[in-house]
Amino acid sequence: MNIAKPNSYRSGPDERGHFGIFGGRFVAETLMPLILDLEKAYTEAKADPAFQAEMNGYLKNYVGRPSPLYFAERLTSHLGGAKIYLKREELNHTGSHKVNNVLGQIMLARRMGKKRIIAETGAGQHGVATATLCARFGLECVVYMGAVDVERQQPNVIRMEMLGATVVPVQSGTRTLKDAMNEALRDWVTNVHNTFYCIGTVAGPHPYPTLVRDFQSIIGNETKAQMQEIEGRLPDSLVACIGGGSNAMGLFHPFLDDPSVEIFGVEAAGHGLTQLHAASIAGGRPGVLHGNRTYLLMDADGQIQDAHSISAGLDYPGIGPEHSWLHEIGRVNYLSATDDEALAAFQLLSKLEGIIPALEPAHAIAKVMELAPERPKDHLMVVNLSGRGDKDVPQVGDILRGKSK
Amino acid sequence: MTTRIDTRFAELKKEGRAAFVTYVMAGDPDVTTSLEIVKALPKAGADIIELGIPFTDPMADGPSIQAAGLRALKAGMTLKKTLALVRDFRKEDNVTPLVLMGYYNPIYIYGVDKFLADARTSGVDGLIIVDLPPEEDDELCIPALKAGLNFIRLATPTTDDKRLPAVLANTSGFVYYVSIAGITGAAAADANVVGEAVARIKRHTKLPICVGFGIRTPEAARAIAEKADGSVVGTALVDALKNSLDAEGRATAKTVNAVAELTAALAQGVRGAQQAAE
Repeated sequence: MNIAKPNSYRSGPDERGHFGIFGGRFVAETLMPLILDLEKAYTEAKADPAFQAEMNGYLKNYVGRPSPLYFAERLTSHLGGAKIYLKREELNHTGSHKVNNVLGQIMLARRMGKKRIIAETGAGQHGVATATLCARFGLECVVYMGAVDVERQQPNVIRMEMLGATVVPVQSGTRTLKDAMNEALRDWVTNVHNTFYCIGTVAGPHPYPTLVRDFQSIIGNETKAQMQEIEGRLPDSLVACIGGGSNAMGLFHPFLDDPSVEIFGVEAAGHGLTQLHAASIAGGRPGVLHGNRTYLLMDADGQIQDAHSISAGLDYPGIGPEHSWLHEIGRVNYLSATDDEALAAFQLLSKLEGIIPALEPAHAIAKVMELAPERPKDHLMVVNLSGRGDKDVPQVGDILRGKSK
Repeated sequence: MTTRIDTRFAELKKEGRAAFVTYVMAGDPDVTTSLEIVKALPKAGADIIELGIPFTDPMADGPSIQAAGLRALKAGMTLKKTLALVRDFRKEDNVTPLVLMGYYNPIYIYGVDKFLADARTSGVDGLIIVDLPPEEDDELCIPALKAGLNFIRLATPTTDDKRLPAVLANTSGFVYYVSIAGITGAAAADANVVGEAVARIKRHTKLPICVGFGIRTPEAARAIAEKADGSVVGTALVDALKNSLDAEGRATAKTVNAVAELTAALAQGVRGAQQAAE
């Protein structure tokens, strides 16, 4: 594809929320005034040093940042190529990168005087992070979760309830993340006067993809500084898994204008790209859903298709609009890993490094297993370990026992 | 340019009464029955027909219309077949205005220019696309107006006086006032509150204003018709259809009549408003 390269890959979106043809504000009129208010509130907060200072305080003392950049020595020697570093987002309070964004949005909600918070969740990590910060700031919290995901991510459902949130199992459609998002949007339209919708990924109507990216960019900014300190230079490559793509965008964005850095996003290939999967870029095309134009899985009539991934957090038929743009201009290379590859990576990292990853970043590890051996020993590769695997232990245990029988 | 919608409102103005606008989902519960239902609507007293385009992810719809869309999709309904249904309807009715209502993605995937050309030749008069606010007018609204179709905008309780001019700028045919902040099939709004909102919008436009969301009964349709230029009923008709289906969700001998009878009762309600107003 011949698309002119921009002067900077970091200047988007335009004032209407577009990254190239992607993004935008495709929402019902009821929500439009609130979305414009949110954009205004966010612009003001960004320019307010007190907002930044307060957020930095919570990031340090409540979330536990900075998260370490850890040299995975045994994984590196096992694969025999690139030097692999893990960005340890799984060590954050609540166990994933999701908290970075939720903290920012909850602080915005408080600034806007909203007392009721709603969220959608797939794996439950965003729901847990939202329930946690709502508990911390005394806000009402309602989390929409597909009934299928409620079933396979029970530990996180229990956590959310312990934190005082109401978890609503969504029975409509395919009963996974996309339906949870539909239901959250329906709640928002109904309760728009007092409710803040805390979106968990770099998708949805403008300004969400931008503000979630900005709140998550702390991952890449820290990585840059930490790598400079450890190795005295930039990394050579970055790898992250992608459902909606917030952990990936957070790691990638600060490096987009460093041309020497190769960037790999890893989608969920489920049972394989010719069968049921959740790889929107590999198997989809541009369409409009959930407030933005982006790559989607759909049929010839524009009906959204069922996604499938072993990982509830990647089980979504779309991707953030900025990723669609980065794909089209060729700055980021989008790969995919199957359920089986992710399961193998899940076990490998657990056994070699004593770190049980969530099934989501296990997809990134799966591609590292292919990419690292092909690269020289002085190649510095950073993988975003976006979440820990505690929530997946029962599910993976069942699968492995079933397989060994 | 005058569309069937403009003509119909001019006639109703002469009659001194409000419009009764019905919504049904194209292809619910199957393509053939759906066509029979659409044909029955004007005979039962519908002044304007809104025909839903089925979509897998209808974010602004409640459970009834969600289920109607899924029934239609299961029956094999597509946007192409929806346009064919309109063509078949037009073979025997060339006056009743017909508006397609739905979400943008199926149209975007069909191709905007091709869709507008096909919609026009099929006999579609206007479009209501829930997820296209004025901020996205370049996508479909402006091309639709150029193609000679009305683009009917939703105004809502959250659309304040500052925003109304932007919402009304490229609107034509009529304005659809959503009586509550919420999804289709939710609780009804108070007619007096609706009356104030309609009066507020009238200060910004000469277009007729139809009110929908939450109107289920002839009494409610009448109360709204006394305050606005039209009452829109959707979920109640979809529910009547659903209640007539067999255990497997298939049409029965009662299905078309179930929708037609409720339509007739609601139309009576709206026509009653005329007498009340005079």
